[in-house]
Amino acid sequence: MNIEEALKEPKKLTLEDKLFTVKYNPAKESHIKVDNEICKKCTTNRICLTICPAKVYELEEGHTEVHVSFENCLECGTCRVACTDNAIDWRCPQGGMGVCYRFG
Amino acid sequence: MDEETLKFDAIVVGGGPSGMCAAYTMAKAGMDVAVIERGEYPGSKNLFGGILFTTILNKLIPNFWEEAPVERNVISRKFSYLTEDSQLAVELKTEQYNKPPYNNTFTVLRSKFDRWFSEKTESIFNENSFVFSGFTVIDVIKEGHKIIGVVTDKEGPMYADVIICAEGANSLLAEKAGLKKKPEPHDMVTGVKEVIALPSEIINDRFALAGNEGVAIEFFGKAVEGMVGGAFIYTNKESLSVGISCSIVDFTHKNINPNEVLDKFKEHPSVKNLLRGGETIEYSAHMIPEFGYDKLPDLVSHGIMLVGDSAGFVNTSHYHEGSNLAMASGVMAGETAIIAKQKGDFSAETLSLYKEKLNDSFVMKDMKNFRRAAKFLHANPQVLNDYPTTMVQSMVDYFTISERSKVEIRKDVIGGLIMDVKFIKMMWDMNKARKVLL
Repeated sequence: MNIEEALKEPKKLTLEDKLFTVKYNPAKESHIKVDNEICKKCTTNRICLTICPAKVYELEEGHTEVHVSFENCLECGTCRVACTDNAIDWRCPQGGMGVCYRFG
Repeated sequence: MDEETLKFDAIVVGGGPSGMCAAYTMAKAGMDVAVIERGEYPGSKNLFGGILFTTILNKLIPNFWEEAPVERNVISRKFSYLTEDSQLAVELKTEQYNKPPYNNTFTVLRSKFDRWFSEKTESIFNENSFVFSGFTVIDVIKEGHKIIGVVTDKEGPMYADVIICAEGANSLLAEKAGLKKKPEPHDMVTGVKEVIALPSEIINDRFALAGNEGVAIEFFGKAVEGMVGGAFIYTNKESLSVGISCSIVDFTHKNINPNEVLDKFKEHPSVKNLLRGGETIEYSAHMIPEFGYDKLPDLVSHGIMLVGDSAGFVNTSHYHEGSNLAMASGVMAGETAIIAKQKGDFSAETLSLYKEKLNDSFVMKDMKNFRRAAKFLHANPQVLNDYPTTMVQSMVDYFTISERSKVEIRKDVIGGLIMDVKFIKMMWDMNKARKVLL
């Protein structure tokens, strides 16, 4: 690395850019199940949409049900704890599947 | 191991430091051990901020740093308070930490370290012991009250006299076994981190280090939007570990995403220039159990012991010590299993020796000492916010150069301080903080 490169302002990364740095072993089946009946009566102000560090949970326009991009999950488990309504059934992905940190 | 029924002396669920310390301890005593790891390899699911404390590891594997993939030995610890535009820091840097055993403080990348530790453990295994990677344990097998084995998502059931549950912060198995409940948002902390690559020469130059020396910097205040938690920069060999970790209940109340807090932290003028030229090579997230001493789960039941994060062994203090407690608990659970095997009795009564060992050690003593820390900070947000912010501004004013006499300035600053915050209340709070946090 030359001096110019070393002094460059760090690039601003979007979450998508960051998730692109993560290695995954993609599972076929989702390890996250959301109970939409409980979800409809959410008392947490839809905290799952905000708190997930990988934005796994999204509310698509015109839909009332939360979409789960389980393949982006970093397996921190925050959603399960934050959702005090217990609408999120979070399990460990199938053995060997899911996030695979290279540095950790 | 019995060929037909897959029976071991002990099954360790999870191949992190606590589980591996248990496995290593039992393997040394010649026991048949199975470690079941859900990741592709031990370490592939694991991360932490970045400092490994190693008094226990150094007893298990003397001078481990000569062969283990440690990044740097930490010779400097810095605590830094950030306001919107200022920084007030205290740094301890000493050559006393720069010789073996290096104050037992190393920066580490867990995916590499845990994998090495697993291979090291396997190297002392007997022919009936294995590390099974890529198997998720989904349930325990019970016979009456006694836990006698586990079910994985791949092979058939596996049996053992004792299960050591080392599954980490998401301890779903311990919940299933009835040893603990699902944690509440104020029990857990979530951290996000970026590993940012930089050449070692640049790191050494930028942080005033030489060779393999490292620095650990913790940030508070505006660094994490005033939440209970902190931010950090730890130096690795050829990268920085940069992250934030805060209580889930605070993220919830602020309705803010952890990654946004990290991005803001990286933009702070005191931080930005430390990261120049760096390239993010991995983003990651993990939970830390910080429910503390008063909410510890049942650590022992018939045929099972909880260790490490699944037990909640993190002392919620500025030491940020989790890995050492995890490793100590693993060793103690392993030692208890050895004694239980000699007695041929794996009942909760015999296994409660594990709890006695914990109580006699720094693990429980420190857990107990810091039991009120997190609760205090949640109940008194002024301690991490208003008070230090006022102090920093007073210092900025104190050192602001003008043509006014220093006597006048000092009078104004001290007068302002007494007027600004409720001085008596601050002294009272800080005295309480000292008792609870130090």
